[in-house]
Amino acid sequence: MASDMHAHGDLHAHSLEHDAHVHHGHDDHDHEHHETFISKYVFSMDHKTISRQFLVTAVIMAVMAMIMSIVFRLQLAWPGEKFAFINAVMGDKWGADGVLDPNAYMALVTIHGTIMVFMVLTGGLSGTFSNLLIPYQIGARDMASGFLNMLSYWFFFLSSATMTISLFVEDGAASGGWTVYPPLSALEKAMPGSGLGMTLWLVSMSFFIVSSLLGGLNYIITVINMRTKGMKMTRLPLTIWAFFVTAILGVLSFPVLFSCALLLIFDRSFGTSFYLSDIYIGGEALSQSGGSPILFEHLFWFLGHPEVYIIILPALGLTSEIISVNARKPIFGYRAMVTSILAIGFLSFIVWGHHMYLTGMNPFLGSVFVFTTLLIAIPSAVKAFNYITTLWKGNIQFTPAMLFAIALVSTLITGGVTGIILADSALDINVHDTYFVVAHFHIVMGVSAILGMLAGVYHWFPKMFLRHMNKNLGYLHFWFTFISAYGVFFPMHFIGLAGVPRRYFTNMEFPMFDHLQDINVLITCFAIIGACAQIIFLFNFFYSMFRGQKSTQNPWGANTLEWTTPMKHTHGNWPGALPEVHRWAYDYSKPGEEKDFIPQTVPLREGEEDGGSHH
Amino acid sequence: MTFIIYAILILAAAALWQLIRVVELAAKLKGADPNKVTERDNRMNARFFFIFMIALWVTSLWQLWAYSDDLLPQAASEHGVEIDWLMNFNMLIIWVVFLLTNTALFIMAWKYYGRDGQRATYYPHNNKLEMLWTGVPAVVLFVIIFLGIRLWNSTLEPADKSVRLVELYARQFDWFARYSGGDNQLGKSNYKMIMGVNELGLDSSDAHSADDVILPKSDTIFLPVGEEVNFRLRSQDVIHSAYFPHFRAQMNVVPGMETFFHFKPTITTDSMRRATGNPEFDYVLLCNKICGASHYNMQMKIVVGTKAEYEAFMSRKAKFIPDAASEVKPQVDIPMADSVPATDSTATKDTANEVAPK
Repeated sequence: MASDMHAHGDLHAHSLEHDAHVHHGHDDHDHEHHETFISKYVFSMDHKTISRQFLVTAVIMAVMAMIMSIVFRLQLAWPGEKFAFINAVMGDKWGADGVLDPNAYMALVTIHGTIMVFMVLTGGLSGTFSNLLIPYQIGARDMASGFLNMLSYWFFFLSSATMTISLFVEDGAASGGWTVYPPLSALEKAMPGSGLGMTLWLVSMSFFIVSSLLGGLNYIITVINMRTKGMKMTRLPLTIWAFFVTAILGVLSFPVLFSCALLLIFDRSFGTSFYLSDIYIGGEALSQSGGSPILFEHLFWFLGHPEVYIIILPALGLTSEIISVNARKPIFGYRAMVTSILAIGFLSFIVWGHHMYLTGMNPFLGSVFVFTTLLIAIPSAVKAFNYITTLWKGNIQFTPAMLFAIALVSTLITGGVTGIILADSALDINVHDTYFVVAHFHIVMGVSAILGMLAGVYHWFPKMFLRHMNKNLGYLHFWFTFISAYGVFFPMHFIGLAGVPRRYFTNMEFPMFDHLQDINVLITCFAIIGACAQIIFLFNFFYSMFRGQKSTQNPWGANTLEWTTPMKHTHGNWPGALPEVHRWAYDYSKPGEEKDFIPQTVPLREGEEDGGSHH
Repeated sequence: MTFIIYAILILAAAALWQLIRVVELAAKLKGADPNKVTERDNRMNARFFFIFMIALWVTSLWQLWAYSDDLLPQAASEHGVEIDWLMNFNMLIIWVVFLLTNTALFIMAWKYYGRDGQRATYYPHNNKLEMLWTGVPAVVLFVIIFLGIRLWNSTLEPADKSVRLVELYARQFDWFARYSGGDNQLGKSNYKMIMGVNELGLDSSDAHSADDVILPKSDTIFLPVGEEVNFRLRSQDVIHSAYFPHFRAQMNVVPGMETFFHFKPTITTDSMRRATGNPEFDYVLLCNKICGASHYNMQMKIVVGTKAEYEAFMSRKAKFIPDAASEVKPQVDIPMADSVPATDSTATKDTANEVAPK
């Protein structure tokens, strides 16, 4: 075990170089103080600032997406009813008299999905926590490239801004669903949102992909090269493992989305026919022929499926850390957890076809995807059981973060099991594209990832803003959020099993769905409660940022390196030399020790075995 | 009115916040850290998790019971019965897993809340346990995979040539059905021939077209009970999806290519009306792939009846190219009208009777 990669000279060189850099910074003290507002808060290259920029942007985008969801939930529960709220949000054009316009409904579900999947749960989640925790937890001064990191945020900002602007164009925002399948998204004649709105959507996504790639490359390189002395891969906290694998997935899959979008841009603007063939629309037979929309679906889902793991893995990483710290116990089965992350990462690339069972694919190919998809349930189950066992005989401290982390495990299970139905192609036939799917992916990836993100915000708020969020408001926020999450998405399964397709403006055109209206009302009520609960969070978040109680250095009694940094934000994170790591991150409540935690910087006693190296 | 509601909400929020502040200031005066998690907090949240667990059992099982009547009626197709069986089998497994693992989770959260002076048990791993919960899910999943793939392949394997071929043609936001007629072959079509009343772009020079029977836009499709039907799906513009929830059948309709789905209806509309106790019950075909603003209302009624009823139905429909002998109006008028063509040519009757292969 002694011959690990840290013995390599280049790594030492790296840390030395970094130390030198920081010493330089210290000698040049005036320089630091004279940092301008622009270089400190706007075009900052510091991972901590960039992390906060990602978080605040994502929170704003999430609020937008949430308001959108309330608007279309109102329409679904009480179709055609007049709501002053709808008129206030949508204006007279899309919400005349408080009734939602069908095209606007399509735009809302599309942009809600896009913002949540990309801006909030990819950019917001990875951007915030990979940036904050990778340098902190591996003991690095900053990211490998601060400049690329800065660019990564500003491309994300451009992407979010473009998406927001697209809401205000004359014919409305992109409306073809967040998956933007052509020909619907390719032809302006197919729906108004496929005009300028769709163009801006593609521009926004292109910026997003650039941001994601710059960020991802940085995360990978930083984790591989810049771990401090003693930080073996087998001593990495599970957060870092999760971010690391997430970044690899992103770097391998986002370029495919880019090619996918690029070909769509060509079809839309330059008359090519990658995705188009034999189309007659708007009284005209199009000249394009020979393309196939199925090609788009393959390219899209080659990103799209890893994407759901890009969303959930960081949330699981945060949860692993929070559960272990607050149960005051080592995470159960560290190696199995790492193996599961790797297995999920690998499998996520060979399951995309399960989104396409009903595209007319060869049934044999479908069978292969059934097999690979259901395999993912195994590492996922391992993770869930390991979380539960971590709680067993713990001394659980119910911080708000811990509540959210436990809730994540619950929704991961509840949403995960319905995946078994959807992965089974024969069963998918009748629930494909129904509300059963909507319920499934919202619980397993939407709710779970949001719960993980909120857990992370509560847990690392003292590190980000040096203050605590209010605990009691946190409790209030949690219980309302958790209850309404189940209240919204559990009943939704039944609507799906009753055969209601998703993305229907109203279900009133089918008498067979009339008796389901009560369920829709129930769902919308819970959605409104859930949304109101987020007001508590927003208040707590922004208030605590400036007025919250000051935090101590290591408020949760955690082992990881970020809690060894001083309670102020300095360049280079540690004022003196970088910390040295001597043990894994999970020595909580180790027998024979006085305290119930041993930071990673504490050397192993003679004869003491490092927890991470068990077999 | 709206203003008053907002004002009340804001005041309520402010009052709540002040209340919390008062409690915290009181705690601070006593020298306690208001954001430190106390044993009392732990006990309270542990109990909430326990209550939540009970509530989750009760509400989820209640929903299962209460909503079971609102789900789709029994499967009306041969393979649909098998799909329902497999669905119930898988549902049983996932309900058990859902309840057991959530229970385990919340029991842990309830039982092991932090007490002052207590210490957690250092328990970093146990290979046997981990093998157990890798192995058991793996075995269960292999059963699920095996049963699933077997049913998938039997359901999706291409239909026999002899099975009645019916085309469903989709466009924003209508369905058209075209029966292949006595030769059980559909005439060629080309999207460039779509013009005026030839809404499906049929090639009238193709001999197979002659006996094709096209139903007007969103008319009722009639299917004889107990006879397999093979749907060929085509789209004029964007991707649609032909979803027959009662028959547990669905397939995407993709422009530029043909897709297929075949099934055997086993219950007539009349029987289903009796079984569901709903005299208004009808089978429907829905669009289940986002296709534009009126996606929510792209439907077609399906009627399943006896063979005799089917033949009577077909005899009322006109062929694409009527026999030369008949005196029906020129071809262009017949298939395209919005309402059912009122005319009935004796000529179509003969061929209609030949339609169904055994």
